[in-house]
Amino acid sequence: MAGSTLASPSAEIIALAPARARPFSPGREAWRRFRRHRLALAGGVILIAMALAIVLAPLFWKVAINDIDFTARLNGPSWSHPFGTDDLGQDLLARMLYGGRISLSVGLAAMSVAIVVGTIIGAIAGMSRGWLGSALMWLTDFFLSLPLLPLLLLVIYLFRDALRAMFGLEGGVFILIVVVIGGLRWMPVARLVRAQFLSLREKEFVEAARALGATRTRQVVRHILPNALGPVIVAGTIDVAAAIILESTLSFLGLGFPPDIPSWGRILYDAKDYLDIAPHWALFPGAAIFLTVLSINFVGDGLRDALDPRRVM
Amino acid sequence: MGPYVLRRLLILIPSILGISVLLFTVLSLAPGDPFEELATNPNVPPAVRAALRAKFGLDDPIAVRYLRWLLAMLKGDWGFSFVSRVDVDTLILQRLPTTLFVIGSAQILALLVAIPVGVYAATRPYSVFDQIASTFAFIGFSLPPFFTGLLFILVFSIQLDWLPFVYRADIAATGWRWYVEHLRQAAMPVAVIGLFLGASLTRYVRSAVLDVIRLDYVTTARAKGLAERVVITKHVVRNALIPVVTLVALQLPGLFGGAIVTEQIFRIPGIGSLLISSILANDTPVVMAVTFVFACLVVIFNLIADIVYGWLDPRITFR
Repeated sequence: MAGSTLASPSAEIIALAPARARPFSPGREAWRRFRRHRLALAGGVILIAMALAIVLAPLFWKVAINDIDFTARLNGPSWSHPFGTDDLGQDLLARMLYGGRISLSVGLAAMSVAIVVGTIIGAIAGMSRGWLGSALMWLTDFFLSLPLLPLLLLVIYLFRDALRAMFGLEGGVFILIVVVIGGLRWMPVARLVRAQFLSLREKEFVEAARALGATRTRQVVRHILPNALGPVIVAGTIDVAAAIILESTLSFLGLGFPPDIPSWGRILYDAKDYLDIAPHWALFPGAAIFLTVLSINFVGDGLRDALDPRRVM
Repeated sequence: MGPYVLRRLLILIPSILGISVLLFTVLSLAPGDPFEELATNPNVPPAVRAALRAKFGLDDPIAVRYLRWLLAMLKGDWGFSFVSRVDVDTLILQRLPTTLFVIGSAQILALLVAIPVGVYAATRPYSVFDQIASTFAFIGFSLPPFFTGLLFILVFSIQLDWLPFVYRADIAATGWRWYVEHLRQAAMPVAVIGLFLGASLTRYVRSAVLDVIRLDYVTTARAKGLAERVVITKHVVRNALIPVVTLVALQLPGLFGGAIVTEQIFRIPGIGSLLISSILANDTPVVMAVTFVFACLVVIFNLIADIVYGWLDPRITFR
């Protein structure tokens, strides 16, 4: 049986070889389903374009984010400043490209924290048959019922200065925001992983692995976890969007990044008092947040269709 | 129903205790002395400072401090604000009704939008209406409340000049005029939170109705010759609402988050803007108390959701 040879180092190759020969491997099947979701495809294209712009555009657009020019205060979009300028005459395009890097990296990093914490807690809760599982689930439910934003604000209020002293202005705020957002968003992932584990651990192939003497760790890492990842990936995608919104919210409330680190939410915060005379200042970063979050949500929806083989389309 | 409600009420106690432990742990883990403002004042000599610390018990073990704090909170002694020199509980009680009014109206608006749209879309799956509704739902929950709020101000206050963008608690008018003014100023904040919540709720309602509408008893109801309207309202919607109640409860933390943001944008004098202004002013007692109140509100509304859940689905009260 193929199952008994899986422990050998060549297992990967064996698993891949028939995949290439057959037209419908799980990966290609998922891609085929994903492609059907036109909006998800469009969202993916927009996200890739945005990521490329954020990474590559600073090579061509060499205006500094803190170039103060009082002759060009609050100008609307023009050729020299495609997105206009703010109240100090700073170029908004450069600031938004910088802010995009901050917002997207906060989103990705916070999502990674949430997924790692959630997967570990969910896996432990899903594998344990005793009191530990129910205790962890009680903890998860407890965290789920906490008001996220007030708690975030409280933690940032209490720890901001210490971390700033430890890791510098930019690094301190970044670490704090990522850890706190990630640390308060792991609960849905933990519940998903636990639910998957509860059903997967009773499946025959896991039983077979157990009968062959696989240790608990090996059962989890090689057999259960890979099969539980589909919903986790979907939840992770949505988490990126949630983290971006949360970071922007914090910055918008004036409690996230400081003004010299223009994340999109921070630009909006600075712009909100000039809505009547310089609406472009608020509209560009707001539209950027909206477009990013919308694209991520569509991609997540497409992935949900693509990665859930039980759903018949 | 009685024992069920009682059981839920008893679960309330460990939740609130848990929240208080969490908040107190966060506070005591925080670096620096939260009462530094008083302690580092150069006009206070070191001996007086030490006496003050001893008097307030700041050097006691953490468990003792927690118990003392908890007892004080239970007795209603929430401390007083460093900034406005008022008791914290009076400060919060002054502002709580405004927040509850805005949040409550927003939740009602969300349900008023989500249930009809979701049900109608689910009865005609993949129709044009369904696709438009689901696209709008996606747009709705991808628009962060702070941006929607700014857009609303830009369109309705600045361009069209229809609605005021500053919320005032003291409207100098009486009778009908007072209600009209109140509606005008509450319209935008309520719409911002309500539409954000309603958008994701619409999707949940739609999928919940889709789950129910395929069941055999619905076919039976149709076969009995009941009108489609009766089948939908009496047989489908009531059962589809059961999971929706859970989702409304799960959305509550988000609802309070949205409230903080909109209160800040529209300058609503509620507890959300109180939280932000006290954070900016380093007013620790108020920050702690408001966070605690937010957490308790979520727990209490969860309890209400549980009771509604038991009323909609009597089976779970006999568990």
